[in-house]
Amino acid sequence: MVRLKVNGVVHTLDVEEEAPLLWVIRDEIGLTGTKFGCGIAQCGACTVHVNGQAQRSCVTPVGSVQDAEITTIEGLSANGLIPAQQAWIDHQVPQCGYCQSGMLMAVSALLAANPHPSDEQLEQSITNICRCGTYPRIRAAVRALAATGEG
Amino acid sequence: MPTRRNIVLGALGTATALVVGYAVWPSGRIRRANALDAEPGEQFVTSWIKIANDDTVTVVVPHCDMGTGIFTSLPQMAADELDADWSKVRAEAAPSDPLFANGSLAEGFILGQRDMTVESIPAFLRGTVANGFRSVAEYMNLQVTGGSSAVRSTGMLGMRVAAAGAREMLVKAAAARWNVPANDCETKASKVVHLPTGRNLRYGELASDAANYDPSSHPKLKGKGEFKIIGRPVQRFDIPRKVDGTTNYGIDVKQPGMLYAAIRISPVFGARLLSVDTGVIKGKRGIAHVVKLDDAVAVVADRYWRARDAVADLEPVFDDAANGKVSSATIRDRRTAALNHDVKNDLKKGQGDGGLALGRRIEAITYTVPYLAHSPMEPMNATALFKDGALTVWSGTQDGLGSRAFCAKVANLPLDKVTFHLQPMGGGFGRRLPGQWNFLEYAVKIAMAAPGQPIKLIFTREQDTQHDYYRPNVMSAFWASLGPDGLPLAWVNSYTTDDDPNAEAHIVYDIPNQSIGAAKVPTHIPTGAWRSVEASWHGFFVESFIDELAHDAKKDPFEYRRALLGSSPRHKRVLETAAAKAGWNTPMPQGRGRGIALVESFKTIVAHVVEVTVDPKGTLKVDRVVTVADPGLVVNPDGFKAQMEGGVIFALTAALKGEITIENGAVAQSNFNDYEMLRLADCPEIEIHLLESEGPVGGAGEPGVPPLAPALANAVFAATGVRVRDLPLKNHSFAVIGPSKM
Repeated sequence: MVRLKVNGVVHTLDVEEEAPLLWVIRDEIGLTGTKFGCGIAQCGACTVHVNGQAQRSCVTPVGSVQDAEITTIEGLSANGLIPAQQAWIDHQVPQCGYCQSGMLMAVSALLAANPHPSDEQLEQSITNICRCGTYPRIRAAVRALAATGEG
Repeated sequence: MPTRRNIVLGALGTATALVVGYAVWPSGRIRRANALDAEPGEQFVTSWIKIANDDTVTVVVPHCDMGTGIFTSLPQMAADELDADWSKVRAEAAPSDPLFANGSLAEGFILGQRDMTVESIPAFLRGTVANGFRSVAEYMNLQVTGGSSAVRSTGMLGMRVAAAGAREMLVKAAAARWNVPANDCETKASKVVHLPTGRNLRYGELASDAANYDPSSHPKLKGKGEFKIIGRPVQRFDIPRKVDGTTNYGIDVKQPGMLYAAIRISPVFGARLLSVDTGVIKGKRGIAHVVKLDDAVAVVADRYWRARDAVADLEPVFDDAANGKVSSATIRDRRTAALNHDVKNDLKKGQGDGGLALGRRIEAITYTVPYLAHSPMEPMNATALFKDGALTVWSGTQDGLGSRAFCAKVANLPLDKVTFHLQPMGGGFGRRLPGQWNFLEYAVKIAMAAPGQPIKLIFTREQDTQHDYYRPNVMSAFWASLGPDGLPLAWVNSYTTDDDPNAEAHIVYDIPNQSIGAAKVPTHIPTGAWRSVEASWHGFFVESFIDELAHDAKKDPFEYRRALLGSSPRHKRVLETAAAKAGWNTPMPQGRGRGIALVESFKTIVAHVVEVTVDPKGTLKVDRVVTVADPGLVVNPDGFKAQMEGGVIFALTAALKGEITIENGAVAQSNFNDYEMLRLADCPEIEIHLLESEGPVGGAGEPGVPPLAPALANAVFAATGVRVRDLPLKNHSFAVIGPSKM
């Protein structure tokens, strides 16, 4: 049995300890906002927070995060939208939207640690892939958030 | 965004051959539409337009959402002609039912083509031809999203006509209610107003009466100066559901008792499964079925990771379909030979290649582009359930109605036994168009082999990369002759093609003698439409060669093109605007360069100016892209800019890094570690400028792609003197800046 705490809820699950966190979140717990993109930690579509840090869940064995606070896009905000989500709407960031859960998890973790990231810090930190090419708008949205420090 | 289910009811009716006036329906079809897709209190007034008692206008969009914003731009076009209050307009996906088939798409391409042949059908629709849709009448049964066609066909020919017809019917209903002449009434913000008295009635109060009138097949449309909602940068309806993780993509479908499938397809395309020892996974947890298919083996399990790990443990034996020795090198040799021996002329102007004798000859310069995968972020997937003789399928594709017919054919079932639920797509770029549905075919076959429970098949990224329908690799050779002024007297071009000659090889420049021809070199590698299709390669070839001619003639590449655009004022304006916005004549320091290119595709004219820095170690950095586009009419300027930005980055990714190679008959690349994508750190500053004109309405999704690679290669030449004739740039002596990071 594996004990996982996701978005504040404790789940006791009959899964292998080496099962990938991504698929346990999606198929066992039923939260599908976290996406599968590559399976090898290249693209970041599966990014979640583990104790507040952005982590790629597709290569994270569930056994390694049993005592951690795990947050997914569904648990990002207790109610309404966090400022980064609102900035994504204001700047009309998403196109197909598939990578944006992972983008928002990565960006929210960055802003929590550093409310005023420079362009360079943003580029070093956010290595997620978006095939639609929303990078210019992500950059504009994060610049706006960095200016206010409200991310 | 539509939140409602896609309803699929009833049998596929006889395809209508009505071409003109399809956007407004006779009343019998309105009754059917109400039964199919209206909630209590809602009323279809014409095709695609529903009005509810509370004045909510719902625009039913006969396309699918792959991220381009058409679920907002098409409602904008309808709402404008309807004089609707934009705050009360919603969008909804059309059911996969022939009642909502996209006749305007067919009309947009077929109108005026009396002698339609397979060759005259645009490439992005040819897959439907392969599936047996051959007549014009059957074309009316399309719900295809592709070819940058939504706004220019569905919007211009369908939505606006339907909405303008609905507006006239609402006016008639109000005039009858008041017993006044219709001419005394006008419409504004979802109300009909009686001008002499100021009385008004809300659309919601009139919808039921209005639906009783026969719609005019030629309602009066607004002139360009009368638009109020078209041309406004409105916020997209779908975006709020894309920032909170609630958009339900195909991969997110949940059904009771659902199982998961993972697949291993023969690495060599078209090869057969000879044997597979399933003993190695016997007793593994959660395994429900092993399904052997002609060219693949699939494992069905209670959880996806268990299916994925089990199928990876199998050691299936495939034959090689006599293609096991094919490689990128052997394909290149065949293409080279074909260019020397098998070229068939497609266009001759003036003296054709005889014009080469008229001036100073430029001898055979050859360019190549590689195979490319689409790699949308959502890997290919489909969920299928075969139970009690009926098949239900959920998936994101670029044609819901066609997908239903395709699944019926694969399952060998009548259409009325097949239901197809079209889901939003995590990217398309052409990958999910008709003719490219291996994921649907496998999902249906697995469901038929293991009936009784829904099974979700998900390709791993490796299977997605290695079993795509690739942008073909193409070779193109050019010759020219230059007159005393350095301008070309003759333009001769021979290129390879996997199927038919490409109109995109034809040039806009005023050159008196031209000869353009193609050599057909089919291979066993499946190819398909990749964002901007043929323009993605001919744009690079033509705009690289014209740049070479300019440098050869010691002319400025911008001025050289400009001198050849006397007959094409719209193109000339786009080119001049791009040069002006980019500061073309501003000198650049050592190691930096600026390149320009101009391509019209999908009726939109786009020029890019790209600026690069190449440091002394050969590290290439793309600094800035200035884009000017003339699509004739811009419906949602912010949405259009987003599509141009996306096109630039998609094309830049391909030009810098994109390459699928063939080894031993199979694709050598597998995932984002060896088929690399641009990331935020690699992304240049991008400026988009839009021009409007009286030209035909052009597309948004694709036209930003074709001119990018040549503008980039031309910039590299300006910076370094090195001419790149073979993409991608990573294969040359440049280290592309912005390392791929974990």
